[in-house]
Amino acid sequence: MNPEKLLEVKRLRTHFKTETGRVTAVDDVSFHVNKGEILGIVGESGCGKSVTSQSILRLFDEKYLVKYEGEIIFKNEIDLLKLSKAQMRQARGNEISMIFQDPLSSLNPVLTIGFQIAEAIMLHENTSKEEAMAQAVEMLRLTGIPSPEKRVHDYPHQLSGGMRQRVMIAMSLACKPRLLIADEPTTALDVTIQSQILDLIEDINKRFDMGVIFITHDLGVVAELCDRVVVMYLGQIVEEADIYNLFENPKHPYTKGLIQSIPHMDGDREEELHVIAGTVPSLENVPVGCRFAPRCQFADEQCNSQAPELRGIGDGQKVRCWHAEQIAERKEEVYATS
Amino acid sequence: MRQAEMAPDRLLKEGARQENVLLDVQGLTKHFPVKGSLDAFNRNRPSVKAVSNVSFQLFEGETFGLVGESGCGKSTTGRTLMRLIEPTEGKAIYRGKNIFEQSSKELRKTREEIQMVFQDPYSSLNPRKRIGSILQEPLIIHSIGKRNEHTDRVMDIMQKVGLLPEQYYRFPHEFSGGQRQRIGLARALIANPKLVICDEPVSALDVSIQSQIINLLKRMQGEFNLTYLFVAHDISVVRHISDRIGVMYLGNMVEVAPTDSLIQNPLHPYTKALLSAVPIPNPRIKRERIALKGEIPSPLNPPAGCVFHTRCPFATDRCKQEVPESREMAPGHTVACHLYD
Repeated sequence: MNPEKLLEVKRLRTHFKTETGRVTAVDDVSFHVNKGEILGIVGESGCGKSVTSQSILRLFDEKYLVKYEGEIIFKNEIDLLKLSKAQMRQARGNEISMIFQDPLSSLNPVLTIGFQIAEAIMLHENTSKEEAMAQAVEMLRLTGIPSPEKRVHDYPHQLSGGMRQRVMIAMSLACKPRLLIADEPTTALDVTIQSQILDLIEDINKRFDMGVIFITHDLGVVAELCDRVVVMYLGQIVEEADIYNLFENPKHPYTKGLIQSIPHMDGDREEELHVIAGTVPSLENVPVGCRFAPRCQFADEQCNSQAPELRGIGDGQKVRCWHAEQIAERKEEVYATS
Repeated sequence: MRQAEMAPDRLLKEGARQENVLLDVQGLTKHFPVKGSLDAFNRNRPSVKAVSNVSFQLFEGETFGLVGESGCGKSTTGRTLMRLIEPTEGKAIYRGKNIFEQSSKELRKTREEIQMVFQDPYSSLNPRKRIGSILQEPLIIHSIGKRNEHTDRVMDIMQKVGLLPEQYYRFPHEFSGGQRQRIGLARALIANPKLVICDEPVSALDVSIQSQIINLLKRMQGEFNLTYLFVAHDISVVRHISDRIGVMYLGNMVEVAPTDSLIQNPLHPYTKALLSAVPIPNPRIKRERIALKGEIPSPLNPPAGCVFHTRCPFATDRCKQEVPESREMAPGHTVACHLYD
């Protein structure tokens, strides 16, 4: 049985114009999200995970700042990159919506939260203000805000961080979108609040059969929430795998390194943590061959001169590495150096 | 450089744990008056109760982790010990002297021995100074060594924390986050301190850089025989680095225990909930989370009795009235909760 594809990104490139020339923040990124699936995008700062998600909604200034290449196919028919400005505005919030890391800066401080949710509803649906407000109360109730009929009249500053993120989720769900993009929605929250928000997103995903793209740097969150994961490094996808293969059978040396460098709750405390040597190079100075080669313990001449493609290696897993098979066999060695 | 005796540091820690108390914090309290309230002369002026009656000890050579969620007072605790913030009440006995009563001259001497590493390495480094002069400053302030030896000492510490000699003349903006944190650590270590207060030193860093800095902190501790007060919100990081952990909630220390004892056998209901909320990077483990209802109450007006009773699943009438005393349940494992009376 083939699950239905909700969104398919094909060879997406996002170029930014800067003072010093063109910078390609997202370079040849292809992936898809199925209906009702939670896809994780993982990577460290500067890997292009947020730019990818914002490119899907075309949030950057296309006149002066950014140039897109590739295709973003929604529901097997529409190419989002070919839509006009007005059509794109119709799709945003209605078909695809987004929540951000910092809810306070995404909410308007001088309008009540009820009005802001109702506004989203009125923009896309032909409803009266009263109906929209009633719907806003329902959305707040759905996201677990206590006494929502009172809370609709609150301003963002009157709410805590967790509550604000619930309001953002309520707003993004108001028009029943098919796809929710969540860009580090729990990074600014405390762990006990984070677990509440993760439960909420999982619940919404199941209840409305809604596709979710969840962007995070936290592998623990990925393990709890996601069905499938793409790992990004320096503007490219280096590995794609389902959640079990990602943790139990990682193929790319970067993925392996990431998983091993986090401290575990049951790890040996006397042992040193695994380290990925060096730092991420800048986008203006991308290595010629494999982008991870300068930090990779397995890199050879081929890696330094030729850039590998993302290729399938069975079981739905894809990897961008010349030597993935050989490295996978050398499991013991990798662990020995950690 | 003081050469630490080359005893394996694990042995050293074991031995140290029993006797040498380096810092004894007793009843530390910090209330921040709320600005702008009309009744400036009123004695009952409202205040944020950031830290209330917190006591703990730091043993020589150990790492004491302080965890809790935002607003629990863990950073304020760390900062008052350096007197970057003046405490409202309490004592902090360092080598027989109360830091909170020291004159500014005495305090300067103490601050040579107690150093601090901050969360954001960028805003804690002067952007107009080169790394060399940033690192020399502690030597000048504390008149350590001769002037002509300073460059050598700076080079020495740079090499120890993994910076290159040619970076001596660079400015902070030329470094990545991880390297800046190395500079922050070098600046703390160059004065040869006994105690280093680390305030969320790895929170702003990416995972692959975070592990480099954690390893470096551990290595430096062995080399310089340091004691760390490690303040952080990431429990798996704190667990990895600490010998003992204190858990704070709303300005109160609710539980203190040796690391393994705390992780395997948490006693306080808040500690249990906090640990159960930590996401585990293993997709096969689906844990039952202990969901806490509601949010942390305002520290302007903390609940009477046990501060946790408004969210505690086991709260009784007694919890609403009586503040629980800290009691020792196992060696070194203390908890402040009426469930264990």
